[in-house]
Amino acid sequence: MAHLRIPVGPEDHTQGKTDALITLVEYGDYQCPHCGRAYPIVKAVQKHFGDRLRFVFRNFPLQEAHPWAEAAAETAEFAAAEGKFWPMHDLLFENQNRFGGELFARLGSQLGLNPRSLQQALDDGLFAERVRHDFSGGVRSGVNGTPTFFINGQRHDRDFEFDTLVETLSLHIPRK
Amino acid sequence: MSWALKLEGRQRDVDGAERKSNRQLASALMKPIKTHFRSAVALEKTVVRPSTQGVQNMSILSPGSLAPSFDLPVTPDQKLSLDALRGRPVILAFYPADWSPVCGDQMALYNEVLSEFHRFHAEILGISVDGPWCHQAFVHDRKLRFPLLADFEPKGATAKKYGAYRDVEGVCERALFVIDGAGVIRWSYCSPVAINPGADGIIEALEQLRA
Repeated sequence: MAHLRIPVGPEDHTQGKTDALITLVEYGDYQCPHCGRAYPIVKAVQKHFGDRLRFVFRNFPLQEAHPWAEAAAETAEFAAAEGKFWPMHDLLFENQNRFGGELFARLGSQLGLNPRSLQQALDDGLFAERVRHDFSGGVRSGVNGTPTFFINGQRHDRDFEFDTLVETLSLHIPRK
Repeated sequence: MSWALKLEGRQRDVDGAERKSNRQLASALMKPIKTHFRSAVALEKTVVRPSTQGVQNMSILSPGSLAPSFDLPVTPDQKLSLDALRGRPVILAFYPADWSPVCGDQMALYNEVLSEFHRFHAEILGISVDGPWCHQAFVHDRKLRFPLLADFEPKGATAKKYGAYRDVEGVCERALFVIDGAGVIRWSYCSPVAINPGADGIIEALEQLRA
């Protein structure tokens, strides 16, 4: 079975405690409608498990299919450099139907980020290598589409409905 | 029940002259295929993944075997042979059919991962029993930048040589082969037909080939 080849580390964007019982890693694409549908489900799953769950998001932009996916991923990484990865991650998924034009700059402004610096970073591909690193690691781990989830390092080959995720994640919690 | 129904239910060789022309063709094929067709590529997970693994065909050719030669249509009026690619690694990806969402997934994924394959100077060829006109439409629709070969007449003849043909359904297995520059199979894998095998096995095999 496919497993995560790149361990979760300090470079990752994480929510939750480092010593949480369960680590859920998502390889996602901000322009992918299925990732958009998974977004609120993951939030609900995080609420359900609380401190027992750590969530990690890694970039897997499908550039051939989604023309804005790479720019969106780089925008999130730009925000991350300013300590605002998760707010931008959320804003991107909440606005994924409106990608293009000035949207990324507007979302940046909304978070107090300098729109010109953001545009410059996108033009220069400042965060392209970071995004590529995520993508390559995902390919080596057996990511076969988006979203692909890994639960404690094992690829989750079932659907990502709330009930299915909760059921599978629960298997990793020791019984009292 | 046929594999297609199951998926739906889960909703989601040659002389010198020919060799030269084949090489030119191969090189032309690797250039991006320009197209004005625009449509969504179904690499996203549109299907609920099956929990059952299916029955694996254990008869695909193993590492160490000489890769059987082939010369198959890649467009309605052009052919491509394995020998034309001699000298560099070749990835052969047999798959059941164009258009099914799961197959689209796999080919679309390889389209996204092409630059990773090219780092190893490897070429990837998709092979199914669909005809060249069907492949042409599929390539344009999904904006694929690598060739799809038509194992169409005699149907599945190449797949059979690789042990990658499903007699009951009359389609190819979801089988992967990594062939070295000398034409020897160095890695092979047969995936359950409903599961996209991803690209990790291929990359690992290419890494070992280079090591």
